Amino acid sequence: MDPLRRSPSPCSSSRPSSPSTPPCEMLGPVGIEAVLDQLKIKAMKMGFEFNIMVVGQSGLGKSTMVNTLFKSKVWKSNPPGLGVPTPQTLQLHSVTHVIEEKGVKLKLTVTDTPGFGDQINNDKCWDPILGYINEQYERYLQEEILITRQRHIPDTRVHCCVYFVPPTGHCLRPLDIEFLQRLCQTVNVVPVIARADSLTMEEREAFRRRIQQNLRTHCIDIYPQKCFDEDINDKILNSKLRDRIPFAVVGADREHLVDGRCVLGRKTKWGIIEVENMAHCEFPLLRDLLIRSHLQDLKDITHNVHYENYRVIRLNESHLLPRGPGWVNLAPASPGQLTSPRPFKVCRGAHDDSEDEF
Amino acid sequence: MAATDIARQVGEGCRTVPLAGHVGFDSLPDQLVNKSVSQGFCFNILCVGETGLGKSTLMDTLFNTKFEGEPATHTQPGVQLRSNTYDLQESNVGLKLTIVSTVGFGDQINKEDSYKPIVEFIDAQFEAYLQEELKIRRVLHTYHDSRIHVCLYFIAPTGHSLKSLDLVTMKKLDSKVNIIPIIAKADAISKSELTKFKIKITSELVSNGVQIYQFPTDDESVAEINGTMNAHLPFAVIGSTEELKIGNKMMRARQYPWGTVQVENEAHCDFVKLREMLIRVNMEDLREQTHTRHYELYRRCKLEEMGFKDTDPDSKPFSLQETYEAKRNEFLGELQKKEEEMRQMFVQRVKEKEAELKEAEKELHEKFDRLKKLHQDEKKKLEDKKKSLDDEVNAFKQRKTAAELLQSQGSQAGGSQTLKRDKEKKNSYCFTVNSAVCCMLHETQGPVWASCRNPLPAQQSCASLSLIPP
Repeated sequence: MDPLRRSPSPCSSSRPSSPSTPPCEMLGPVGIEAVLDQLKIKAMKMGFEFNIMVVGQSGLGKSTMVNTLFKSKVWKSNPPGLGVPTPQTLQLHSVTHVIEEKGVKLKLTVTDTPGFGDQINNDKCWDPILGYINEQYERYLQEEILITRQRHIPDTRVHCCVYFVPPTGHCLRPLDIEFLQRLCQTVNVVPVIARADSLTMEEREAFRRRIQQNLRTHCIDIYPQKCFDEDINDKILNSKLRDRIPFAVVGADREHLVDGRCVLGRKTKWGIIEVENMAHCEFPLLRDLLIRSHLQDLKDITHNVHYENYRVIRLNESHLLPRGPGWVNLAPASPGQLTSPRPFKVCRGAHDDSEDEF
Repeated sequence: MAATDIARQVGEGCRTVPLAGHVGFDSLPDQLVNKSVSQGFCFNILCVGETGLGKSTLMDTLFNTKFEGEPATHTQPGVQLRSNTYDLQESNVGLKLTIVSTVGFGDQINKEDSYKPIVEFIDAQFEAYLQEELKIRRVLHTYHDSRIHVCLYFIAPTGHSLKSLDLVTMKKLDSKVNIIPIIAKADAISKSELTKFKIKITSELVSNGVQIYQFPTDDESVAEINGTMNAHLPFAVIGSTEELKIGNKMMRARQYPWGTVQVENEAHCDFVKLREMLIRVNMEDLREQTHTRHYELYRRCKLEEMGFKDTDPDSKPFSLQETYEAKRNEFLGELQKKEEEMRQMFVQRVKEKEAELKEAEKELHEKFDRLKKLHQDEKKKLEDKKKSLDDEVNAFKQRKTAAELLQSQGSQAGGSQTLKRDKEKKNSYCFTVNSAVCCMLHETQGPVWASCRNPLPAQQSCASLSLIPP
């Protein structure tokens, strides 16, 4: 059983203001603000990267959700597992796309986990996922400790993991709890209630409260973590979010006509569930959190906290981490250490032109 | 690793997917900027130049403020570097500005080593960052970056050419820091001389292979302005802390009897250009160049020097940490060995010294014994002599009493003849005795003043003869 890692150390508050640096009054405009524009230009030229992982049992609408989030056919319309017998082991399936909006380029990588929680015995089903996440950290670490480094190290580390909780309406299942406990130490986890259209509003609220209670009982620190709130504004904003997590979401990639508008939604016999309507579901909140307001924050916390934690452990005791296929043994090997890779496959399917639908 | 290969292929060939609606990540640059603003920026400037070229004044003028700091005393030997950090705030942007100035540069008689403190300082900042980066537990995102981002090299306005000190220093610095050469106190040169001076300087820099910082021209938005500015290097600047009323505005200027030089007038000097380039257009690029080019170069050299390689003969990547530990242990082992050696040597020396001292002690004892023996011999000899002398004295006394006895007998028995004869005999006898005594006395106790120096009548002499102690 992997020992749980130390909880990430809190980031210290923004600029260290030491008494030895006297503030100076400037008597006129100098132009220091222009550095912000310079930053923007540079960032837009270089482009951004974002890696997201969706975890949950099959049939919870993970692929649809990803398509809805990024308003594009990131996945094939038929989920990869359909029509194929349930894989014996957990598979991780990654797709990379470059999307552009108003001059801003984003290289998006989505990792799916078909087969998670689908077996009869789901013991240690989180190991391949942890191994994959650690493998990405490992890759970055190897690039970072090279002597001749690249100018820009490609960032494949998972910035956010969206965990789909099935809408049972009761509470978190043991599998969920186990998984969340292990993963929140390694990566930013955002749990969501999937297929929330099967719950009424009251059921949703009750379910949400119970889940929050479960999370508190088991000391699961989901994103946004309380200890990283830098100032009072962040605290206020994040507390509001924390109150609503887990979001109850519905995914849809079909458009329907409602009151003359074209909206994304699910059409049922009793009505159309509008995805972007706050009264119907909380998808806009999820989208805002992940993309519009906290994307940079997700990346920063991954880089400054999770990656640093990984690095510390790696450089100290490398036999405590679950390994992916990219594992390189840094410390001298001692007898009795596991060196065989876990049984899982990583397939990247961006070249499946014939099957993709655009 | 197969997975890595696949991943890399994907990176090159990943598709652009059209978006069906507004997703919202166009706010990403703003998110990034907001994060940076909350963290604050830092910028470090190094001013290198001879004393009196107006380095502090230019900094004050550039940032439109009066930086506190007494003017440096120029009484110290060698080149020193003085560093001051200030917090500047403009609207919502906070800048932690560090200004490092050379003190005493060019003041020495022998300037061969003038560049060394500067190079060492720059290296020390890189080293500090490298150490932080190599730590196991590190906090890079809140680390106060002290690496020098730009070096403003102040050239004296001679009007002729670069001094050899300038050339040598710039050559040493060009691979470590972004250099922007500026002509200081440009109000001392006329316009025509200035153009000639600039051309001369640029040609000298090129012919000596000095790489000064070129403003980047790869981004369209700034390519044009940077391109024109590149042609104006080195900038001829004037600094001033005084504000004068010109027209109806207060502006920084220097007043001379023959006119007023305005700092912000583009026709008078290139100060505005310098401010544009340094702060408003290229500050971020300067920082990036420092981090990606100069720092990486330093890091590579340092790590290779420490003996790291990227791959070992089995083409398995080495770990920095592992090799670092190995090197450290090796180093500690060496230290210990050296310590042992020194200890051995010390013990050895102590032994030798002890032996020497023992030897000396023995010798002294021997000498002492010898001298003592000598002294005893001498003493014995003297005693012997004294004894013999005493014997002789006793013998004489006996003879004397015998002689007196004889004399008294003679005077009773004989007449005057015999008396005369005896007297004569006695005289001669006394004389002989006298002389014998004198001789004897003389022999044993040095010249003695005896009462019988002159031959006195025998009786008197004999009667009065006594052993007069000297």
